[in-house]
Amino acid sequence: MQADLLYELATLTVQHLVLVSMAMLLAAVVAIPLGIALTRHPRWRNWMLGLTNAIQTIPSLALFGFLIPIPLLGGIGPHTAIIALVLYALLPMLRNTVTGILGVDASVRESATALGMTGHERLWHVELPLAAPTIMAGVRIATVTTIGTATIAAAIGAGGLGVFIFRGLAAVDTVLLLAGAIPAALIAIAADQGLEWIERTLLRH
Amino acid sequence: MALVSFRNVSLTFARRTVLRNFNLDVEAGETLVLLGRSGSGKTTALKMVNAMVVPTAGEVFVEGRATTAWDLVRLRRRIGYVIQESGLFPHYTVADNVALVPRLERWPAADIQARVSALLEKIGLPIGEFGGRYPDQLSGGQRQRVGVARALAADPPLLLFDEPFGGLDPVTRLELQRQFVALRQEFGKTAIFVTHDVHEAMFLGTRIALLVDGAIQFVGTRQAFMKAPTAEARAFRECLLAPEV
Repeated sequence: MQADLLYELATLTVQHLVLVSMAMLLAAVVAIPLGIALTRHPRWRNWMLGLTNAIQTIPSLALFGFLIPIPLLGGIGPHTAIIALVLYALLPMLRNTVTGILGVDASVRESATALGMTGHERLWHVELPLAAPTIMAGVRIATVTTIGTATIAAAIGAGGLGVFIFRGLAAVDTVLLLAGAIPAALIAIAADQGLEWIERTLLRH
Repeated sequence: MALVSFRNVSLTFARRTVLRNFNLDVEAGETLVLLGRSGSGKTTALKMVNAMVVPTAGEVFVEGRATTAWDLVRLRRRIGYVIQESGLFPHYTVADNVALVPRLERWPAADIQARVSALLEKIGLPIGEFGGRYPDQLSGGQRQRVGVARALAADPPLLLFDEPFGGLDPVTRLELQRQFVALRQEFGKTAIFVTHDVHEAMFLGTRIALLVDGAIQFVGTRQAFMKAPTAEARAFRECLLAPEV
């Protein structure tokens, strides 16, 4: 029994990690380039940030539910959960990318252009390196919250540590509940520390 | 042929005229000072030379070609640019900041190294001691020196200065002004220098152009400026008599 529980815990933890990392990867691939584009197109900026903000206000259990009936994207299982998690992760990543790039000192931006950097050179050599700490902060916030939100994915059959939590709730079994909640919290702390370490190592100037 | 020519240049935006019918020639080797009050349009005029600002009427010619006909990246890499806040890249070391344009121009690494080292030596910040520092580890005056070295790095024929010494204390300012004169003697570059400080204009300018409300009211040598009969020239000359602030 004990061994079974441990085996299940390991499986669910791996599922959880896969859900979160897939979602983070996809969200970053969408949000960071989109954020860069929005710094170039101010007319779209408020509109897009408003949209991602609105997504953020949808209660997570409801968002998972809304996605189920949608053809192709939706249904029962991990892919639906990943889409929902990506949608939630967009806002912090998008907003921090925009804020980070627009926050680059005006005199630095001006010199980059005036000394003859092309738009690409300015982006890669000046704007992104200087915005990186802010962008990374967005990634960290998104990752930590997603690790928590991903527990709800169990409600639509996506697996993960939420399985223990829902089962614990149904059975009024605190031990089972904690068996889901504690590892999720530990993963969140580890992810936060890990990303902070990456940030410090990569961005040390 | 003048190195830089403004021909009937005007700039109007949001129904406000920033420059009106601006005509000016800058000859090779001179230091032309654009002198004027805040809001007189001197910085705008300067930024037209490297096409950071484009006129709404007229043309600015650099080396005989209108800025609108230049490839902007090529044009800008031929013009050094120094601004008040130095605009140094905070994530680059002093040496990397100075190496910026030569690297963009893909100079051989050994040439870049030699050039950076020589320039840092010239401005009194030897590479051994200062090359590896970051801009936030320098004083304001040192940052401006590095800004000047960066502008000189790719050996451009023309340099633009936008109140580069404006934020400095008077002692440091004078040191940098002296260094400016020394570097000019050594490199013989053409420069356009924006300032509202008439002392600085008289010290550095080989010619002074006085701007009032976006128009040139006077242009001539320092000696001629001292006798210029316009009200604004008189107003600026009074600053020479008043104690420097």
